[in-house]
Amino acid sequence: MFGFMLRPRKANTAQTAKERLQILLAHERSDTSNADFLPLLQRDIMEVIRRHMKIDKDSVDIKLERGDEFSSLEINIELPSSQKTPVQN
Amino acid sequence: MAKIIVVTSGKGGVGKTTSSAAISAGLAMRGFKTVVIDFDVGLRNLDMIMGCERRVVFDFINVIQGDAKLKQALIKDRRLENLFILPTSQTRDKDALTRDGVEKILNELREEFDYIICDSPAGIERGAHLAMYYADEAIVVTNPEVSSVRDSDRVLGLLNSKTYLAEKGGDNTVRSHLLLTRYDTQRVARGEMMTVEDVLEILAIPLLGIIPESSTVLRASNVGMPVVLDEKSGAGKAYEDAVSRLMGDQIEMRLDSGERPGFFQRLLGRTA
Ligand SMILES: Nc1ncnc2c1ncn2[C@@H]1O[C@H](COP(=O)(O)OP(=O)(O)O)[C@@H](O)[C@H]1O
Ligand SMILES: [Mg+2]
Repeated sequence: MFGFMLRPRKANTAQTAKERLQILLAHERSDTSNADFLPLLQRDIMEVIRRHMKIDKDSVDIKLERGDEFSSLEINIELPSSQKTPVQN
Repeated sequence: MAKIIVVTSGKGGVGKTTSSAAISAGLAMRGFKTVVIDFDVGLRNLDMIMGCERRVVFDFINVIQGDAKLKQALIKDRRLENLFILPTSQTRDKDALTRDGVEKILNELREEFDYIICDSPAGIERGAHLAMYYADEAIVVTNPEVSSVRDSDRVLGLLNSKTYLAEKGGDNTVRSHLLLTRYDTQRVARGEMMTVEDVLEILAIPLLGIIPESSTVLRASNVGMPVVLDEKSGAGKAYEDAVSRLMGDQIEMRLDSGERPGFFQRLLGRTA
């Protein structure tokens, strides 16, 4: 009975804290070996696309959502409408 | 034009990050476009308190070093339309922060935002210095405790001498406000903790607010929600009031914690 009454009635926020930390730290412990992973990834993506069309550095938008099971990386590249035709090599 | 406000203290663990999150959320709730910047290079924490830690892609240092654009590093809050977070780097060292870099970013942010809140690291070294350097106003977070008050006094000295406005030497100086946090009315009543008046007498700056010691602060941090969003909590209300005063409203200081004593406290009787 006491155990029941001492337990907070609302959602257990400490459990949420623990889960958030576990997800974050799992990523940080693996990511820190290469802190520049994302800037480098962005640079490489830009390089590859520039081989095919002219794009501006500002037009790349990278979003990341770190998850428990998996993370998702969303890359949006705004292509100039006046240059629908690819660069001819 | 944006106002730059530094949240600073000298001492660590007094509530700067909690206050930065709450005040910036409070400003955004009022419709001001607000960005809160983490200056604690190497010890990123604001992202967790704001609950956006899983969405950090680029950071303040990436922008300073030209590896990312400012708008790529800004994280938009999912609850409040007008709120943005600029996280710091978790891996670089403090030397990556340069005065020119900070100035450039602040100037860019000034174009777009109404308020820029700078969450200072503890200490008086590079990070803390640069967090306050371009400030128009300062919120000096202080606990009613000897080392915290002493450190706040030291920080007030720096605000009056080592900032852009101070060095420029015009009529404009950094406007400093005192935010007294972790205030425990019961311990004050027992004579164990200095009173608001005691601290004000020593530091002699205008009082922006008194934030009670409150269990909701820990709970809010557990789930990554600025405590001001918990409108029922005493701490949340106290931050709301502080934001109103920041806007120039005259609001009476209320000291009641706003939280009903729990069942067991009532059962056992309050000891105060
Ligand atoms: N009003 C308060 N009541 C209870 N705990 C608080 C309060 N303000 C801050 N804390 C706690 O104090 C600790 C330090 O707070 P933080 O905001 O990280 O300080 P700082 O940024 O100055 O180092 C955290 O554990 C936080 O939950
Ligand atoms: Mg902090």
